[in-house]
Amino acid sequence: MRSACAVAVLFASILGTGFAARGEASAKGPINVGLLVPETGPLAANGKDMINAMKLFLEQRQNKLGGRPVTLVIEDDAGVPATGLTKARSLIDGNRIHVLVGPLSAAVGYAIAPYVTEKKFPTLFPIVSSEDLTQRKRSEYIIRTGWTSAQPSHPFGKYAYDTLHYKKIAMIGYDFSFGWEVAAGFQRTFEDAGGQIVQKLWSPLGTADYGPYLAQLKRDVDAVYAIFSGADALRFAKQYADAGLKGKLPLIGGGTFTDEHVLRTMGDESVGIVTALHYSAVVDTPANKKFAEAYQAKYSQVPSYYSEGTYVSCLALEKALESVGGDVDDREKLVAALRKVDLGSAPRGPIKIDSYGNPVENVYVRKVEKVNGKLQNTVVHTFPSVSQFWTYKPEEFLKNPVYSRDFPPCTHCQK
Amino acid sequence: MTARRAIPFSACAALLLAVPPFLPPYPLTLLTQILIFAIFAMSLDLLLGYTGLASLGHAAYFGIAAYAVAILATRSQASFWVCLLAAVFAATAVAAVFGFVAIRAVGVYFLMITLALGMVVWGLAFRWVSVTMGDNGISGIARPTLFGVSLASPLPFHYLSLAVFFVAFALLWLVVRSPFGLSLQGIRETERRMRALGYDVWLHKYLAFVLAGGFAGLAGALWAYYDGFVSPVEVHLVTSVETLLMVALGGPGTLFGPILGAAVIVLFKNLLSIYTKRWLLILGLVYIGVIVLTPKGILGALRGARR
Repeated sequence: MRSACAVAVLFASILGTGFAARGEASAKGPINVGLLVPETGPLAANGKDMINAMKLFLEQRQNKLGGRPVTLVIEDDAGVPATGLTKARSLIDGNRIHVLVGPLSAAVGYAIAPYVTEKKFPTLFPIVSSEDLTQRKRSEYIIRTGWTSAQPSHPFGKYAYDTLHYKKIAMIGYDFSFGWEVAAGFQRTFEDAGGQIVQKLWSPLGTADYGPYLAQLKRDVDAVYAIFSGADALRFAKQYADAGLKGKLPLIGGGTFTDEHVLRTMGDESVGIVTALHYSAVVDTPANKKFAEAYQAKYSQVPSYYSEGTYVSCLALEKALESVGGDVDDREKLVAALRKVDLGSAPRGPIKIDSYGNPVENVYVRKVEKVNGKLQNTVVHTFPSVSQFWTYKPEEFLKNPVYSRDFPPCTHCQK
Repeated sequence: MTARRAIPFSACAALLLAVPPFLPPYPLTLLTQILIFAIFAMSLDLLLGYTGLASLGHAAYFGIAAYAVAILATRSQASFWVCLLAAVFAATAVAAVFGFVAIRAVGVYFLMITLALGMVVWGLAFRWVSVTMGDNGISGIARPTLFGVSLASPLPFHYLSLAVFFVAFALLWLVVRSPFGLSLQGIRETERRMRALGYDVWLHKYLAFVLAGGFAGLAGALWAYYDGFVSPVEVHLVTSVETLLMVALGGPGTLFGPILGAAVIVLFKNLLSIYTKRWLLILGLVYIGVIVLTPKGILGALRGARR
């Protein structure tokens, strides 16, 4: 059976191709930075924002970090955990990179976390916000430069009660952990302050028609809190306005709901939505002015939090590389330097990494406004130096289960 | 096995045994991945190629076994053998239940029912958060130590996968060449005649379905250890379709075809994508080419060229 030989030839060919892709990261010469992002699949557009930011940064630094030239190696994880893990193996086991930046999807983040920990590989998570990755399942080798899902929600819950004077709120959001976590953080502090969450509705990713959900939504509330992103955010805001709810029931939400990645394509229906996030493209810092202008000039669009998060990863990497003198071979030293990073002037404002590997950073309450014919997230309030644990004690915080559909329980939801 | 076949076959096996120690870690993990998907694809081929039943929900059994390993290994620290047995049992049991529903239908209806059953399992994996951890998946599945050898590094784990692969291949080879396997092929060709001859067609199909589920479970159990991570993607339609593609591309109705298909797709996905992000386009073109030019898959083309 000669076809068996074909199988053998194929297996043998792995040898050749395998060798072709290895042995590129050497002690001297360029520092190879791996960027693991979705370039295909539903998250590709956001992955593009990350790649753009990374390329912009390297261009601004003339492709040099810590005195050494830098080579960028981009791998496509398609937003699929197993693919992401295989690609991470290709990058790390294949000896192709010195430091890993990425991914975007939470599931990919969870999939590669045990692997990079086992390999003791310096890894920066610019976007993935799953709470447990810097909490109950934290890793020594993973440093976030983004956020945890509930980090902006905690102060925002308090703000909604104290400043916006809402007493009763109905929630609708993504029916998977990202949505649950963002909503849960808000619920916790809002109810701590004295408010009531009276309804929680969950819809799957990619819901085309929010009609049935909007029909169920309680009308005797002070506001509706929504947590979506991308095309879902676009559709929800539009259908909310079409249902005649805009102007009657104030709409607030998680930061990704009106993040610039979707605000670029939103219309006037989004004006007035109040959300909280650790970034807005119009945050008034000198660093952000420079960053946003350069980004706008190069890509003809405003940066999103995906762009800024990746840019900040680069800044953190630069700072760490400077402190270790460009030595990327001592991984422990590099990781220690990354964990100590203290950025006084990132685009989003000052950032410090806490002892769990998550940034302590400003949280901005933003309101969508139309300025000079363009929509923007105007900052209406700043909470300085917000930790992932808000004002709770980390030890107490970590004793609770991770935020989910059922935690904190919805005690004011009527059946 | 005739002597003519035995020589290349044993050459193949010898190559698979001898080459791994000389491979760098990454290509080695890819080779392991190919072996695991080869088992999975062969199990589907028992249905698609030998019995003529196109299933769109085969990832369900693969995923159920992976979840069984993930849950047992992380929560009860169960040993490798317990996990493996429980996983294969779980996959077989679910296939036995689903088979009752699915085997009643034929053609496109069978396709739809298996699709629906697959989605039910996916829904469970996604929403039964207290057990499956939802979309975050279960991570931290440690590789076992067998007979005093830790399987944590790629090489020993590869040999475990290879051993399981050889066992699965041998068992499936016996099945498809047994009278039972020949009757399956008879059913594929003309179901009505087989029925007229007095064969219990339903039972044959049902047993093939359950067996296929069990072997998919074997692959799923290995996969959970291989990746150390299980998420709803493992039971998703995309995984089912990709496996169907492996079988169709390699050559349905043969055991080597699915292996070839698994190798091509895994390599395309992981090596071609280093050079271009348009690898899906290339895979699509190759697939169309294969379907148009040689409906019997790559293996069919190779055999045809020889004649």
